[in-house]
Amino acid sequence: MISIFLCCSPRMASGMQEKQYTPSLLSFFVYNPSFGSREGEEEKKILFYHPSEVEKNEKIRNVGLCEAIVQFTRTFCPTKPAKSLHTQKNRQFFFEAEDSFWIVMVVRNPMVEKPNKDGRPPTIEYQEEEILDTVYGAVLRECYSMYKLFNGTFGRAMEAGGVELLMQKLDKFFYRYLQTLHLQSCDLLDVFGGIAFFPLDKMTYLKIQSFVNRVEESLSLIKYTAFLYNDQLIWSGLEQDDMRILYKYLTTSLFPRHSEPELAGRDSPLRPEVAGNLLHYGRFLTGPANLKDPEAKFRFPRIFVNTEDSYEELHLIVYKAMSAAVCFMISASVELTREFCEQLDGLVGPQLTLLASDICEQYNVNRRISGPDKEPQFKFIYFNHMNLAEKSTIHMRKTASVSLTSVHPDLMKILGDINCDFARVDEDEEIIVKAMTDYWVVGKKSDQRELYVILNQKNANLIEVNDGERAMDCFTTLKLSALQGVMTASV
Amino acid sequence: MSEEHYYLELCENPVQFENASSVNNVFFDEANKQVFAVRSGGATGVVVKGPEDKSSVAFRMDDKGEVKCIKFSIGNKILAVQRTPKSVDFINFIPDYPHLEFSQECKMKNASILGFCWTNWNEIVFITDQGIEFYQVLPDKRSLKLLKSQSINVNWYMYCPETAVILLSTTFQGNVLQPFAFKSGTMSKMSKFEIELPVVPKPAKLNLSERDIAVANMEGSCKKTNVLKLNTTGKFALNVVDNLVVVHHQSTQTSIIFDIKLREPDCALNVHQPVLPPRSIHPYRIPLTGPSAVPSQPPVPCELYSSSWSVFQPDIIISASEGYQWYLQVKLPPTVNLLQDKGKLIDFLLRRRDCKMVILSVCSQMLNGEDKGSLPVVATVFDKLNQVFKEYLEAEQTYTVAMESGPSRGSTARERPVRTQAVIDQSDMYTHVLSSFTEKKDVSHKFIIAVLMEYIRSLNQVQITVQHYLYELVIKTLVHHSLFYMLHQFLQYHVLSDSKPLACLLLSLEGTYPAAHQLSLDMLKRLSTANDEIVEVLLSKQQVLGALRFIRSVGGNDNISARKFLDAALQTADQMLFYTIFRFFEQRNLRLRGSPSFNPGEHCEEHVVYFKQVFGEQALMKQATV
Repeated sequence: MISIFLCCSPRMASGMQEKQYTPSLLSFFVYNPSFGSREGEEEKKILFYHPSEVEKNEKIRNVGLCEAIVQFTRTFCPTKPAKSLHTQKNRQFFFEAEDSFWIVMVVRNPMVEKPNKDGRPPTIEYQEEEILDTVYGAVLRECYSMYKLFNGTFGRAMEAGGVELLMQKLDKFFYRYLQTLHLQSCDLLDVFGGIAFFPLDKMTYLKIQSFVNRVEESLSLIKYTAFLYNDQLIWSGLEQDDMRILYKYLTTSLFPRHSEPELAGRDSPLRPEVAGNLLHYGRFLTGPANLKDPEAKFRFPRIFVNTEDSYEELHLIVYKAMSAAVCFMISASVELTREFCEQLDGLVGPQLTLLASDICEQYNVNRRISGPDKEPQFKFIYFNHMNLAEKSTIHMRKTASVSLTSVHPDLMKILGDINCDFARVDEDEEIIVKAMTDYWVVGKKSDQRELYVILNQKNANLIEVNDGERAMDCFTTLKLSALQGVMTASV
Repeated sequence: MSEEHYYLELCENPVQFENASSVNNVFFDEANKQVFAVRSGGATGVVVKGPEDKSSVAFRMDDKGEVKCIKFSIGNKILAVQRTPKSVDFINFIPDYPHLEFSQECKMKNASILGFCWTNWNEIVFITDQGIEFYQVLPDKRSLKLLKSQSINVNWYMYCPETAVILLSTTFQGNVLQPFAFKSGTMSKMSKFEIELPVVPKPAKLNLSERDIAVANMEGSCKKTNVLKLNTTGKFALNVVDNLVVVHHQSTQTSIIFDIKLREPDCALNVHQPVLPPRSIHPYRIPLTGPSAVPSQPPVPCELYSSSWSVFQPDIIISASEGYQWYLQVKLPPTVNLLQDKGKLIDFLLRRRDCKMVILSVCSQMLNGEDKGSLPVVATVFDKLNQVFKEYLEAEQTYTVAMESGPSRGSTARERPVRTQAVIDQSDMYTHVLSSFTEKKDVSHKFIIAVLMEYIRSLNQVQITVQHYLYELVIKTLVHHSLFYMLHQFLQYHVLSDSKPLACLLLSLEGTYPAAHQLSLDMLKRLSTANDEIVEVLLSKQQVLGALRFIRSVGGNDNISARKFLDAALQTADQMLFYTIFRFFEQRNLRLRGSPSFNPGEHCEEHVVYFKQVFGEQALMKQATV
C-alpha cells in the first residue's frame, strides 16, 4: 500500500523573542508495588527516585498515581496495561522491567515561551504532540537494559542482598546514567537500537575470524569476543540482544570518552614499545591504562549477559589498536592478574595492529572503487529487524555528549511518525510525505526492513515522487550506491 | 621396537637366486636390473632373474674361462660376456638368428677393458683404461661396427641407464668426472666437472672411487650445491627411494634420509640435515624354503647391513651370499611421529608418492585427541595442502584452455597435468577428516567451528571455490549448538557463499530460526536465477502481493499463472486481497489480449464464480468499448 500525506509543521515562525524549550527529564523512578502494600508503608515501594530531593510525600503520591493508572488500564487489557500517559505539560512512560518492578520516566513536553507586551508574564505553549511514545518508550527500556548489563537483574540483586542492595545498585547506577540521557536528541535511531556493521570483504572477514579463534584458543579464559572497527561491529560472539546493549555502551560512552582525549592530542595511543620486533599500538580501554605502571590496577568493568538463561557475569576487557577494538569477555569468577594482561597485550597487540592496517587498506580500496564521497541527493536511515543492522546518513558522529543530526527535527519527527504507522500493520508498506520547505520523505517497509529517505528536490512534485516505479527506483539505487557498504555485508 | 619405529624396509617379495659360492658367480646388471647366477662358467647353467618374471631366463653356455662381466642388451636380444681383459663375446638371443658366439677385441692397443654398457638393444660401449669405444652390433652378420671412439685416461666408470650417460673418472686423483651421453648411434661429450676432495692427499693418489659416487635420477634439478650433512664417518652406501636420498651407514647399522627439496631455512647453501633421526632398516626374516624347511620352523632373521651387501641405484640392495635382491622401500606412517614440526612433516609427505592417506591421517590426528594441534598449526597444514591443490587446478585450467584453443604453432604438445596423491581436494578432506571430526563428542564446538572456518579461509586465500557440503557442515554444527546468531553473521559477510541448495537449507531452518527466512530470500534474490523459487516461497507464506510485486520488479508478470496467484489469494481468506489480485489479472488480460476475461486454458472459472459471488457480476471489468 502506498499512502501519501501532506504534513504541515505546527511550528510557525512568528515572534522574534520566542524561546524554545526542548523535552527534558522531569523525574525517573523505580518501584515495586508489592513492597509496601500495607497502609502507611508506601515509601517502601520506592526503590529509586530522581530527583532525590523531592519531598517524600510527593514521591509517594507520584508513585501511587502511576500504580493506579497501570491498575486501572489493566482492567481493559490485562496483558497490556498503559505504557504512557499524555498530559499537557508532560508525558509519563511506564515500563514493567521485571515482574512487579516498574520503571517510570516523566518527560516534560517541549514548549515555546512567548513574551507578552506590557510586562505581562510570557505565555507558555506546550507542544504535547511533538514527542513520540515509541522513541521515549525505547529510551526507557534502554535505561533498564543498560542497568542490567552492568548490574544484572533486579531479582538477582534482591536474592543476593535484599532491597538494600538493590537500592544501592540503582542509586549508584542511575545517579550517573541519568545525567548522560539527552532526551532532546532522541529520535528514530533510539527506537531501532540498531547496530552499525562494518562493510568488509570475505577474505578480510575470514582473517578476523581466524584471529578471534586463535586468541580464544591461546587464552582459553576468554569466553566471548566482539570485534569492532571504526565503531562498527564486525563480529560478535555474544548473542544479539546482549550485543545490542553492549554496542550502545561502547559507541555512545566508552569509545567517545577515549577518542576525545586522542583528538585533543593528549594520551597519545602511539606506544614506542617493541614487542616481538613489532611496534604495536594496542592498549587497554578498560582496566589498566599503562601496563608498565607498578601501581596499575587490573580491574575491569563487569557485565551481565544471557540473563534469561545461563546468567553470566563477565569481566569486560576492551582492547584497541588504531581503529580496531576488541572486547574480550572472561568469567567474573576468575581473577585477572598482571601476568594475564601482559600475556594478552603481547599476543593481541601485534596481531591486532596488523589486522587494523589490513582492514584500513581494504576499506580505502573499496572507497576508491565506489568513487569519491559525493554529497548524495538524499539522506536515509535503514534498519533491518532481523539482524538489527542500521545505517544512517542523517546522523553525524556520535559523541559522549550529544548525537547530532543533519536534518531539521521536524523531519526527524516525520520519520518517527512513519515508523509508528509501519508498526501498526504487518504488511509491507510505503508512505510518502511532503514536508515543508521542499522536502519529501519516503518510508518503505519490506518484510523486516525499513528504509526512510529524505529528498530535497525543489522541483520534485507529487507525481514524480509518487510514481511507484520511481520510488522503487530510489530504493534500488540506494541499495546499489549509498547502501553499497551495508549491502556488501548483506545486512 | 614397535612397528612404528622403522621407516625403511626391504620389499616383501625379493628376487631370489642361487647364492654366490666357489662354483657360482653372481652378477648384477644395473641397466636391466637383472641378476645373473653363472654356475661353473655357464656350463652347468646361467640363471637370469629380473624384476618381472618375464625378464627371467635360464640357459647354458660353454665354459670358456671365468666370466668377468655378463649383461643382456635391452630386451634380452643379445648377451655380452667378458672373459678376458681384451675382448667381449656375444651370443644372439633373437630367435632364428645364429646362436654361435662371436667376439670383439678392443681397438686400442695395450688397453684393457674395464667393462661395457649396453646403450640400446644393439649398441654397446666398451670402457677401457685408455678410452671408450662405441659399437653397433650386427647380430645377423655376427660382427660389430665401430661407431665412434675417444681416447682418455680412465680410472673407473659409472653408467646411468635411465639417461644413457657414462661418467668417466679421469686425472691422477680420479676426481675429475667426464660424462658422455649416448643416443641412437650418436655419442656426445658433455662438460666435465670436478668433485671437491675434502683432503688433498700427499703424495697424490687415486682418491675418489666409484664407491663414493652414485648417479641417480631425481625429480627436479639436483644442484651440485646440495650438501648432505652426514655428521658421522665410516663406510656409506646410497639409495634413492621416492625422491629421497637414503644413506646407509654400515658401522652403526643405520640409515638416514635426506630430502633434497626440503629447504633449510637458515642456510644459503643447500646444506641438508637428515630429515629424520637415523634408524635401522626394518628387521627382515628369511623364510626357509626347499626340502630342509619344516613348516613350524620360524624364519631366520636376516643380517642387515652385512658386508656381502651390494647397493645399486636407485633402490636395489643385493645380498650375494644369501641370494636375495630386494627393493628398498620407505614407509610413510612411522615418519608421522618422528617429525614433530607438522608444517615440515606435511612438506615432506607432499613430495612422497603414496602420501594421500598418510596426510589425511595427519590431519585427523592434529584435530583429535591428545596430540591436537593448535589453530595456527592447523592453518599452516591447510594452507600447504591447498597450495598444492591450487597449483594442480591451475595447471589443469591452463591445459584445458590450451586444448580448447587448439594446437598452436610452435608450442609443444601439452601434457595433461598428472594428479598426484599430493593433490588433496575438498572431498578428500570432507570424507576422511572433517565429517567424522564434526561428529566427535569430546571436541568443543568452538574448536570444530574454528577449524572449519580455518579450512574455508585457507581455500578462499588461494581462490578455490568452496564446495557446498563444507558450508552445510558449518551450518549443521552451528544449528546443532543453536548458534544462530553466529550463522547469521557468517551469512551477512558472505562467508558462506550463495547457492540454491544453501538457500533451501536456510529455508528449512525457518522453524527454529525465523530470521533464516529473510536470509534465504535475500540469497535467492542475489542469485537472480531463482525467481520461480522466490515466488513459491512468498506464496507459501501467503505473501501474495509481495510475490506479485517481486515478479513485476523482475519483469516476469506476463508469464505467471493467474490461477496460482488467485488460489493463493483465495487461501488467505482476505477478500480485498482477492479483489486486488483478480483485478490485476483482468488488467493483464486486457493489455495482452484486449479483453479482461480469462482464457479457458487458464482454468480460472471457479475464481470468476467466486468473484461474482462476493463482489457481484457488475464488479467484473467491462470490455472496453469503442
